[in-house]
Amino acid sequence: MLNKYPLWKNLVIVIALVIGFVYALPNVFPDDFAVQITGARSSTEVDQRILDRAVDALEAKGIEVKESELQERDALIRLNDAESQLRARPIVQEALGRDYLVALNMAPSTPEWLESVGAGPMKLGLDLRGGVHFLLEVDMETAVDQRLEAMSGQIKRELREERVRYRGGDVEGNRSIVLSFRDESSRSEAFDLIRDQYNQFLLDEQTEEGEYLLVLSMSEAEVKSIQDYALEQNLTTIRNRVNELGVAEPLVQRQGADRIIVELPGVQDTAAAKRVLGATANLEFRLEARQDASSADIETFPFRDNPNREARLEREVIVTGDNVSNAQQAFDENGQPQVNITMDSVGGDLMNRATRNAIGRRMAVLFIEYRTETEEVVVDGETRTVDNRVVEKGIISLATIQSALGSSFRITGLDSIPEAAELALLLRAGSLAAPMYFVQERTIGPSLGQKNIDAGMMSVLLGFVLVLCYMVVYYRGFGVIANIALTLNLMLLIACMSILSATLTLPGIAGIVLTVGMAVDANVLIFERIKEELKSGIPPQSAINAGYSRAFVSIFDANITTLLVAVILFAMGSGPVKGFAVTLSIGILTSMFSGLMVSRSIVNLVYGGRQVEKLSIGGKLANV
Amino acid sequence: MSEVEKKPIDFMGFRKIASVVSIALVVAAIALLAVRGLNLGLDFTGGTSVELEYQQAPALDNVRQTLESAGYEQFVVQNFGSDTTVLVRMAESENDQLAAEVTAALSAGGNQLELVSSEFVGSQVGDELKEDSGLGMLIALAVVLIYVGMRFQFKFGIASVVPLAHDVIIVLGVFALFQWTFDLSVLAALLAVIGYSLNDTIVVADRIRENFRKMREGGSEHIINESIHQTISRTINTSGTTLVVLFALYFLGGEAINNFALALIIGVVVGTYSSIYVSANLLVALGVAREDLIVPPKEGLAGQEEEEEQPPEWLNRM
Repeated sequence: MLNKYPLWKNLVIVIALVIGFVYALPNVFPDDFAVQITGARSSTEVDQRILDRAVDALEAKGIEVKESELQERDALIRLNDAESQLRARPIVQEALGRDYLVALNMAPSTPEWLESVGAGPMKLGLDLRGGVHFLLEVDMETAVDQRLEAMSGQIKRELREERVRYRGGDVEGNRSIVLSFRDESSRSEAFDLIRDQYNQFLLDEQTEEGEYLLVLSMSEAEVKSIQDYALEQNLTTIRNRVNELGVAEPLVQRQGADRIIVELPGVQDTAAAKRVLGATANLEFRLEARQDASSADIETFPFRDNPNREARLEREVIVTGDNVSNAQQAFDENGQPQVNITMDSVGGDLMNRATRNAIGRRMAVLFIEYRTETEEVVVDGETRTVDNRVVEKGIISLATIQSALGSSFRITGLDSIPEAAELALLLRAGSLAAPMYFVQERTIGPSLGQKNIDAGMMSVLLGFVLVLCYMVVYYRGFGVIANIALTLNLMLLIACMSILSATLTLPGIAGIVLTVGMAVDANVLIFERIKEELKSGIPPQSAINAGYSRAFVSIFDANITTLLVAVILFAMGSGPVKGFAVTLSIGILTSMFSGLMVSRSIVNLVYGGRQVEKLSIGGKLANV
Repeated sequence: MSEVEKKPIDFMGFRKIASVVSIALVVAAIALLAVRGLNLGLDFTGGTSVELEYQQAPALDNVRQTLESAGYEQFVVQNFGSDTTVLVRMAESENDQLAAEVTAALSAGGNQLELVSSEFVGSQVGDELKEDSGLGMLIALAVVLIYVGMRFQFKFGIASVVPLAHDVIIVLGVFALFQWTFDLSVLAALLAVIGYSLNDTIVVADRIRENFRKMREGGSEHIINESIHQTISRTINTSGTTLVVLFALYFLGGEAINNFALALIIGVVVGTYSSIYVSANLLVALGVAREDLIVPPKEGLAGQEEEEEQPPEWLNRM
């Protein structure tokens, strides 16, 4: 009963604290303003030549480059201030052309030896530091057209199943579908069928040159609801994607009728964010056309890796990426990247029905990408940037169907691991109901005034100091020990959050200090227990031991229960609730460690292994 | 050890009054939520975003002050792209007049500025946040009920879940009463209140369990009273340190964390109260007895626990 820790236990604590210190340290270094260059496609690499070209272009315009560096997949140019950062972006973009994405960024200035062990600072949130503001516009015309296409396919399929003979049925201008029939009876049959099942169309019967026409025009209400749906769906998808990026505390909101604002806090890979946000990629699965198919049912697409090779595919789409319920990047037998896909039940059914009757034929996976390309044109002697919207469709794989496919299968034929991972992310996070284009990218200042930030920081600091004072006044020597443990707890908490590269907002910082206020609890429980034991006449050394071990049960039960709540909130919650649950969980774990282990080890160092007459633990019992 | 101490305060003597107070508060809170509702913040409601172009870079704090004195309540002012462009987001719904009014109010001080655009902006949080969080909260409560039921006893499970609901409802009720802005930071505070209150409740419950096993005399009310008495100085110290932090945040933290701190102050006070007068009170009402916690050995699930729970062996070696 000498209250001594064995050497190894002290070592474990010291090592944990040293690791904590190293990972918390980067938060001391401020970030640099920078522009970041990445390939527009995940397979495009950025090399030294590209970087030199960018730096030369900047220097030619008189912008001072603080430092330029080549990273694994991108390049960073550090600049002196926010103003030159804003000026630099268009210059670099112009110099490099459209194969590269140039984004505003905040680059951490963590020293190399820290970076080499993977340590980096926490980001400051939109309220404290501001960030990047993207404005995306949803292409509503395409949204409506896509829906019309899908409906025309459905209607045609149903007419065929009901054995009603028709011609045409394609989408015409004016948001309408025109069907033509040989006689009046089949037209009225079709009329009834469509009226019953597709009430979103206004039906109009016309007769023209011996043909009986049925014109389906989409109602205004339906157009509006498609547009609303497209926007809401895109908003949800973007939220999912932003959260997949691991960015905490983003802002995603609707603006006006057809736009979406995305704001991401300062320090991060904005280029990757932009690529994933803007990547309106989707997949389509189509059968290869039969030799004898009529040309109206055929579309020809190039292969993505070899534009000179082409394949003829059926116009009808079996299923799209919208029906994907899960997608994971994996490797095939030859170590090539692949994406494992799981369809939802509807998608699985469609896939099974289509492939069951097509064994031996080939199926293509079509990759569709919508992008904005920025071009500079000279109009009346003035240079203006014009955004061109580009749709790129390419086949990524064309494989023979060996057996009927079900709800899970895999896609091969992807260029690289990053590409496979990105495709999996995009499919997982949900596809966009309609393509979107970037219309604006700007930096945005902090949403809180400097006064508010200063006041917030000051109050947080004061709160912390007050807790420390309270503990010393009340528990004397043991209070000092608790304070050391608390400070170390704070350091560990910051270290863990830095490792997760969490984003700090002002309420978040307040929450951390609050965790400290609550972490006092473990120590208070222990110290009160020790006092109780002393009161009942047990000698100091035994009282310390009994205090720690008795209080353990309370601390354990209370913390585990709270941890359970945090874990459930993490699993169930979304966005900000999730982030908070993470902070809470880490706070519980570090405060248990520091409250039980660290404070005990200090107590042992101070009192352990010798004769102790009294403990400095405050109250009138201090001199028992 | 209780013999040598002075007679503890009769906490449970007030239990009837406390029950009435708690029920009245919860009912009032629910009524307030139903009638007045929460004053949801910009994060939840969305509103209007107005972009303004100044000729000379303005001081944003002045812009904020001008807007405040013009009677606007919820707004965010940020630099946008450059230091002469200012973005104002406000909770008022979009109309043509609003943008013109804002422009007029801001140019009153002699500033040269121009309205660039004004548009409706949607809420910052999706509907799924409300649904998911609500569902998550219910599941969390159910899991606490089951876990505490297993580790302690079923009556303790109920006695730890009811206070949580009690605390959350009362904090929400106060926010509805005063129409304080309920935004994301207040939501975070609410989650912290749950953590705090649960922690507090379990610590008291733990002592009650221990005393039921240790003390051979006295009825349950006496034992519960004694347990509260033994933990009261810990309760006061922990709440005290937490409140010290919170008051610092409230009085000095500025408007950005005012409501956050306010929600927590109410939550901590109510949470401390509820771990005594809701949780322990419920235990008395549910008739928790020694037999509930001391199960004859070799029988039943709860019988796995020893009479007095011992800390794990590895801790004793520390």
